[in-house]
Amino acid sequence: MIEQARDNVEQNDPTSEGTGAVGSTLRHWQWDEDEDNVGWLALDKGDASTNVLSAEVLEELDTILSGIGSELHGLIITSAKPNGFIAGADINEFTTLKDQSEATALIQRGQRVLDKLEALKCPTVALIHGFCLGGGLELALACRYRIADDDARTKLGLPEVKLGIHPGFGGTVRLPPLVGAPAAMDIILSGRTLSARAAKKIGLVDHAVPSRQLRMAAKATVMKPPAQRKAKGWKALTNNVVVRTLLAQYLRRQVAAKAPEEHYPAPYAVIELWNKHFDDPKRMLAEEAASVARLVMGETSKSLVRVFFLQERVKALGRVKGYDPKHIHVIGGGVMGGDIAAWCALRGFHVTLQDRQYETLARVLQRAHGLFKKKLKQPRLVQAAMDRLMPDIEGLGVSRADVVIEAIFEDVEAKHNLFREIEPRLRPDALLATNTSSIPLQVLSEALKKPERLVGLHFFNPVAKMQLVEIVSSEKTDPQVSQTAAAFARKIDRLPVPVSSTPGFLVNRVLMPYLLEAVTLESEGVPAVVIDKAALKFGMPMGPIHLADTVGLDICLSVAEILSKHLGGEVPQRLRDLVNAGYLGVKSGRGFYEYKKGKPQKPKTDKEYTPPNDLTDRLMFRLFNECVACLREGVVEDADLLDTGVIFGTGFAPFRGGPVNYLQNSGVGAMQSKLKELAGRYGSRFGEDAGWAEL
Amino acid sequence: MAQKKTKQADRPVYVVGGCRTPFLKARGNPGPFSAANLAVQSGRALLARQPFEPDAFDEVIIGCVMPGPDEANIARVAALRLGCGKHVPAWTVQRNCASGLQALDNAAQNIATGRSDLVLAGGVESMSHAPVLLNLLMVGWLADFNRARNVGAKLKVLTRLRARHLQPIIGLLRGLTDPVVGLSMGQTAENLAYRFNISREDMDAFAVESHRRLAKAQDDGLLGEIEVIYDEKGHFYAHDDGLRRDSDMEKLAKLKPVFDRPFGMVTAGNSAQVTDGAALLILASEAAVKKYQLPVLGRITDVQWAGLSPSQMGLGPAHAMAPILKRRALTPGKIDYWEVNEAFAAQVLACLAAWQDADYCRSELGSDNPIGDIDRSRLNVDGGGVSLGHPVGASGARIVLHLLHVLERTGSHRGMASLCIGGGQGGAMLVERDA
Repeated sequence: MIEQARDNVEQNDPTSEGTGAVGSTLRHWQWDEDEDNVGWLALDKGDASTNVLSAEVLEELDTILSGIGSELHGLIITSAKPNGFIAGADINEFTTLKDQSEATALIQRGQRVLDKLEALKCPTVALIHGFCLGGGLELALACRYRIADDDARTKLGLPEVKLGIHPGFGGTVRLPPLVGAPAAMDIILSGRTLSARAAKKIGLVDHAVPSRQLRMAAKATVMKPPAQRKAKGWKALTNNVVVRTLLAQYLRRQVAAKAPEEHYPAPYAVIELWNKHFDDPKRMLAEEAASVARLVMGETSKSLVRVFFLQERVKALGRVKGYDPKHIHVIGGGVMGGDIAAWCALRGFHVTLQDRQYETLARVLQRAHGLFKKKLKQPRLVQAAMDRLMPDIEGLGVSRADVVIEAIFEDVEAKHNLFREIEPRLRPDALLATNTSSIPLQVLSEALKKPERLVGLHFFNPVAKMQLVEIVSSEKTDPQVSQTAAAFARKIDRLPVPVSSTPGFLVNRVLMPYLLEAVTLESEGVPAVVIDKAALKFGMPMGPIHLADTVGLDICLSVAEILSKHLGGEVPQRLRDLVNAGYLGVKSGRGFYEYKKGKPQKPKTDKEYTPPNDLTDRLMFRLFNECVACLREGVVEDADLLDTGVIFGTGFAPFRGGPVNYLQNSGVGAMQSKLKELAGRYGSRFGEDAGWAEL
Repeated sequence: MAQKKTKQADRPVYVVGGCRTPFLKARGNPGPFSAANLAVQSGRALLARQPFEPDAFDEVIIGCVMPGPDEANIARVAALRLGCGKHVPAWTVQRNCASGLQALDNAAQNIATGRSDLVLAGGVESMSHAPVLLNLLMVGWLADFNRARNVGAKLKVLTRLRARHLQPIIGLLRGLTDPVVGLSMGQTAENLAYRFNISREDMDAFAVESHRRLAKAQDDGLLGEIEVIYDEKGHFYAHDDGLRRDSDMEKLAKLKPVFDRPFGMVTAGNSAQVTDGAALLILASEAAVKKYQLPVLGRITDVQWAGLSPSQMGLGPAHAMAPILKRRALTPGKIDYWEVNEAFAAQVLACLAAWQDADYCRSELGSDNPIGDIDRSRLNVDGGGVSLGHPVGASGARIVLHLLHVLERTGSHRGMASLCIGGGQGGAMLVERDA
């Protein structure tokens, strides 16, 4: 068998002299055959720390599989990388595809290799540790058995929908018969990952075993192969043509509630594939390839892939070798401070949370406990997280912490006093950060003997959901400090986007004109529901009126006032009136909407009512124009960072790839003239920023 | 009575810090904190104040009478959860009501002999979480049921289940009953009241005074060793919550005896409260004090353990403190402050009476003359078990810690802490400060 494999490899490799062992001619795979004629095939992608299924990796696998003869008793596929099995397809290859037919060809090549794997006569096992995602899981699904490491780091899933596509290497074909339609559709449509134990529970893997038993379990399985797993009983029935038709309708409705088809076509395509072609796997496979090829060339997928790379870029910004903070001290137990503290504790840090009031600290701990329970589930882990989060009324943590984050109320004097008090106690190497959203760092750092050490870590509410952290630097901030701040953001699994300390930084600044325009529209008589609907239709995650209510109208007003002082523009009287009347939004039970149990009671709109034609444009162009201004002023370094910040800070329609990307895709000239029209109708607040010329 | 010798240590033992949780009265349902949680919540603040890292300890020793089912060797559980790290060994000690004092004794010994330099020691008890057990009948029945192979056999076993199988064993009640003489702790207190002629009024007056002193201590902020603790439901606990500011003779007189019904005198009002709490101290050698520049609160200079009849267990302090005085040639007047744990008002009063009783001193304590008076104004100056509770494993550590704070506050030199111990023992610890 080894000889055959080598022959095959050598045929593909003209430089080979024909005498080397298999290992020397394989670039990505390691082959080892044990005394029982069981082949151990480990993926160790060359020049990479993470395994992905690149075209080259698949080609080499193809060659190896072709060389496998009947004397092999079993094949065990594993990974030689410590971080995991296979992370998925090589997303870089997506970006080089010229057209749909090239995409189809690429996908079908992959399908053929996995078909070959599936068709092997001997028992095959995928031996999984760490992540096993996308194409990686599809490869595992082409094996007869799957055995996973029962460790917290093991994650199995098919996250393709997050890139606007769906599984293309037979995942949609092989998963439903294995685990039944409900579980399969849940995995594919949500893109969520499963732990080894959860995967075992639904039958996705045959065994979830401790790492010490992985190899034994794999060997035992191929030596005495049990019956292959298949969905049985009611689970099998869910794939039946009658049940399927009904279930498909239900699933479509479920998906529609979260993502409209025009913005996110991939989940609908999956349901369609399964519903139409389940009974004919061959056909389904061909359709799967065609569907992915179609999707991958579409605007949504291109944008989502772009977002993926934007994310990778800012992740890299936070790469600082050897930075290993352990203790975080947060000052201020309000919603932001408390949630930052809880989040850090959840991510494994030792956290001290300082506040003047026991009541406040008690409330934070209660909230934190809720978060830990939701995220960690196991009582033992929840307890450990609670142990890591120490209420600290005396501020004992200040002098020990690696990172100190100030999150008290927005008052210059209070913050100055605090900084004066803590600066002498800080460790010299400690990172000193502020979560201020409205006070310039230049002003805050005046109270410090070493103003260069202050950096902004601007989190967004709710901390546990919003991935973005603005890394705010003033001209005084030491670049090294900003770098460390970005590295810290990565340590707690947030995305750092560097911004300069100008009013509103990036996210609040671009969001505010958009919110204010919504308020203006509402005061002109456009129903709030209609305004929100228009924004949702554009692809915003929440309507601006609902968002303003959620943030709190008092906070909106104060931010708006600060920003208008610096940047001009008017704050709508309507906003002041509501705040004066005590209607502050969700927290007071009433803002623009009324709230019951935190849910807006949206009034029904008159069916006769037709919203103004330029409703969406009025909302979005205020935001776009401000984005352009930020770019021109250098609030962020470049357009990609701006898009990253706005997508992850505001939830701006990811399938549009960010505001600047959207402007460019729609044609800057055309967008400019639209803005001019708006300026003609509504005046200076739509005045074109000078930056448009440089887009 | 044979004079027991406690070998004098070569190396001095310093107390360099300590804190405790508020003592929280058990109110029927399990309280908000397990024993380990109490230890962690008080301990982490204490450790956060230290100039050294938690892994600098040589060992962790904790006294606990009834750890929960998930708290086997609770000292190790607490040490790991406190971040002391895997390399710091930890062990749990049990000497009933003096378990916390036992932990301090062991820590002090190991420092004195040079085995340790820095020890976290104390006591913890969550009496409201005391286990409730299945009786042996039920355990046997369950075993049979699990052994039954098929539905028929299982049904057959099921028919044998009777109400008496379901009678639980309340761990707390069993723990407070002497297994040898069969008396509850309250009944041993009734014994002492009978023997030394202590009246119900004496006991109730003692209880009123205990509450009055605790109230004053709270108002004057004299309980700085208390660390505020937090539960998971948005509450925090800052004070000993067993205090009854409205306690008076009239109200106490209305309470019915709980142990010897209906004619006894020991009531819930003049007994220690059933309570949850933890107290932790840091003990250090001279070398450790120097290395980390630790603030010295005082020294542990002597310890004595004594045994007596289980049915008279409340006199334990009289038996344990006497040899220390004799050995050091001290009279009661030379002790500046006393902390004698208030298990029962009758029991503390009996200890005082015993030392004034020539007959008792001669026959039981080996002293030709009465040992003498303990000045009540220097005894339990800020309240005690009757007003703030007696979480059995924790009290020993609490009284030593508080005694040191009293010495510090008053600029005094010498203090004695002592407890009676269920099963018929007493423990006493002499502490000193350079005033």
